[in-house]
Amino acid sequence: MALLNIRNLSVSFDTRNGAFKAVDGIDLAVERDDVLAIVGESGSGKSVAMLAVMGLLPWTATVTADRMEFDGLDLLTISDEQRRKIVRRDVAMIFQEPMTSLNPCFTVGFQIGETLKTHFGMDKQAQKKRSIELLEQVGITDPEKRLSAYPHQLSGGMSQRVMIAMALSSEPKLLIADEPTTALDVTIQAQILDLLLRLRKENGMGLVLITHDMGVVAETAQRVVVQYAGQQVEMQDTRGLFRDPHHPYTAALLAALPERATGRVLPSIPGVVPGQFDRLKGCMFAPRCAFATGHCHTVKPNRAPSEQGRALCHTPLVHGQPVILEGSR
Amino acid sequence: MIKFILRRLLLTIPTFIALMFVTFIAIRLVPGDPVEVRTGEHGISPERLAYFRHELGLDQPVWKQFFDYVWHLLHGDFGVSLSSNEKVLTEFLSLFPATLELSIAGILFAVLLGIPAGVFAAVKRGSWFDHTLMGAAVAGFSMPIFWWGLLLIMLVSEGWHLTPVSGRIDMINFYFEPTTGFMLIDSLMSDQKGAFLSALHHLVLPMIVLGTVPLAVIARMTRSSMLEVLSEDYVRTARAKGLSEFRVISLHALRNALIPVVTVVGLQVGGLLAGAVLTETIFSWPGVGKWLIESIGRRDYPALQGGILLISSLVIVINLLVDLLYGAINPRIRHGG
Repeated sequence: MALLNIRNLSVSFDTRNGAFKAVDGIDLAVERDDVLAIVGESGSGKSVAMLAVMGLLPWTATVTADRMEFDGLDLLTISDEQRRKIVRRDVAMIFQEPMTSLNPCFTVGFQIGETLKTHFGMDKQAQKKRSIELLEQVGITDPEKRLSAYPHQLSGGMSQRVMIAMALSSEPKLLIADEPTTALDVTIQAQILDLLLRLRKENGMGLVLITHDMGVVAETAQRVVVQYAGQQVEMQDTRGLFRDPHHPYTAALLAALPERATGRVLPSIPGVVPGQFDRLKGCMFAPRCAFATGHCHTVKPNRAPSEQGRALCHTPLVHGQPVILEGSR
Repeated sequence: MIKFILRRLLLTIPTFIALMFVTFIAIRLVPGDPVEVRTGEHGISPERLAYFRHELGLDQPVWKQFFDYVWHLLHGDFGVSLSSNEKVLTEFLSLFPATLELSIAGILFAVLLGIPAGVFAAVKRGSWFDHTLMGAAVAGFSMPIFWWGLLLIMLVSEGWHLTPVSGRIDMINFYFEPTTGFMLIDSLMSDQKGAFLSALHHLVLPMIVLGTVPLAVIARMTRSSMLEVLSEDYVRTARAKGLSEFRVISLHALRNALIPVVTVVGLQVGGLLAGAVLTETIFSWPGVGKWLIESIGRRDYPALQGGILLISSLVIVINLLVDLLYGAINPRIRHGG
């Protein structure tokens, strides 16, 4: 059975101007030794879906799903205490901004030790010993000295390593990394990604990598979920996705990679992601899609079968050519 | 750290010079002088007036009086009170514990009530508690102290007979020599049954009156600071770690939210001593504030100059302490300097 199993997850936020659906019908499953990448532009609801799993959304959010389970626990009906003591122990999360994700008022040692105490009841001595091990594991030199450092004394890359050490401290079964390298230098990015992949293997945990960088996906993930405007538009294994993208959005994203560009001008996707007030009747991507027909603008697409990457499209691409699905019109 | 303290102390010197100058001039700008005030309506012969003025050195040019005053100050001499013939410093020190006791009670009342209230309002933002508290805070902040004091006396003392109207203790039933000058401590040490309760009883209303403005400011500041902090990434991290909500709020969020609150508390201390002047007058609290008000009436120049200077130095020292405390809770300051 999958470690994390989500069917038809939706999250909407109460705003001054009515409800806003940030995540709209997402399905995903993560196995124990999986690396799953969730790709999408800013505002496509990648982080929100994972924050819903952790129960970290603000009170204005409403979460609905047909099924949302972690390791046999039903996340929809779980008590606050179970969520705290089990889910937040077995699922760890690291964030985009390591510099602001650590508490500026407490030392590194305190912040790691606190997790150890909360979940394993370790005493001060044991906390210190284990913290040093963890810092060593994430490649921090002179770990004993770093324990008494405050976050403002660390660089961005170092802070992210501390965040990872802290995430590992609860010995999670699943690690969710929310754009872990976006705020870091390019050279540090590669180091952090390597570190995450190594730790995943060493600790035998699942990894969900949220990113907007197709390059990161290609290097790390086994499977990819592509999100657009809160919807899941495609899901494939990485190799298949790069070889034969089925949703026109995925295809356009890949075409925009500098490595793949053939002409003098880098291709881009025209237009912008629809916002809260310009939600469309039909397919969300239709206005920006090169293959869109009148039908696409008015009728919501159904999910294609898994041979076509469960693409949310009337005419999913096969080897770059749109095919009309049986029964879709 | 020591360098930091020394630098801050050096910076206080110009403040002191300005202070001495302004109080000295301001008092002399008020019509009437100590001699005229004493003669009152009876009148005095011009010769006698000139004699007394000469006696007090008031016939000298103002600049010369000022330099004389500063010269004596530099030798640690605050002068002699014209009304009691006691040394200003001695008189100040004997009255000061009463003011200090009231001020400490006032600020404790404000901090111990204001911070939890602000935190709770922030956590329950938009609730009826939040709206009520913030409305009350605006009212509390805008309330003139003397009016608020009289209102409470009318209601609590006169109407409900719950507290005494004035003074520090029931002087008919209890008497003991001051040892520390703090009535709460002295009454406890006196072994007289009920003395402590009586002192406490007397302290409650002045404490509330004096603490109301800081309470309002601290509650509002804590709330807004807390609201800001609660949306920070590190609070989300703390939750993601599986910490209890209590620990997330009272440790991870509050520790950061307190940084601006400490500054505000420090600034309130200055205002608190100003408030003490009014509060002491309303409640006949025998402290420095009441003494200063009376000294104005008597045009007691040495007492006023000395009293204001001593109170001001206290505010300066407290602000310095607050800066040090600021460093203690905010590691970025501690290591940055």
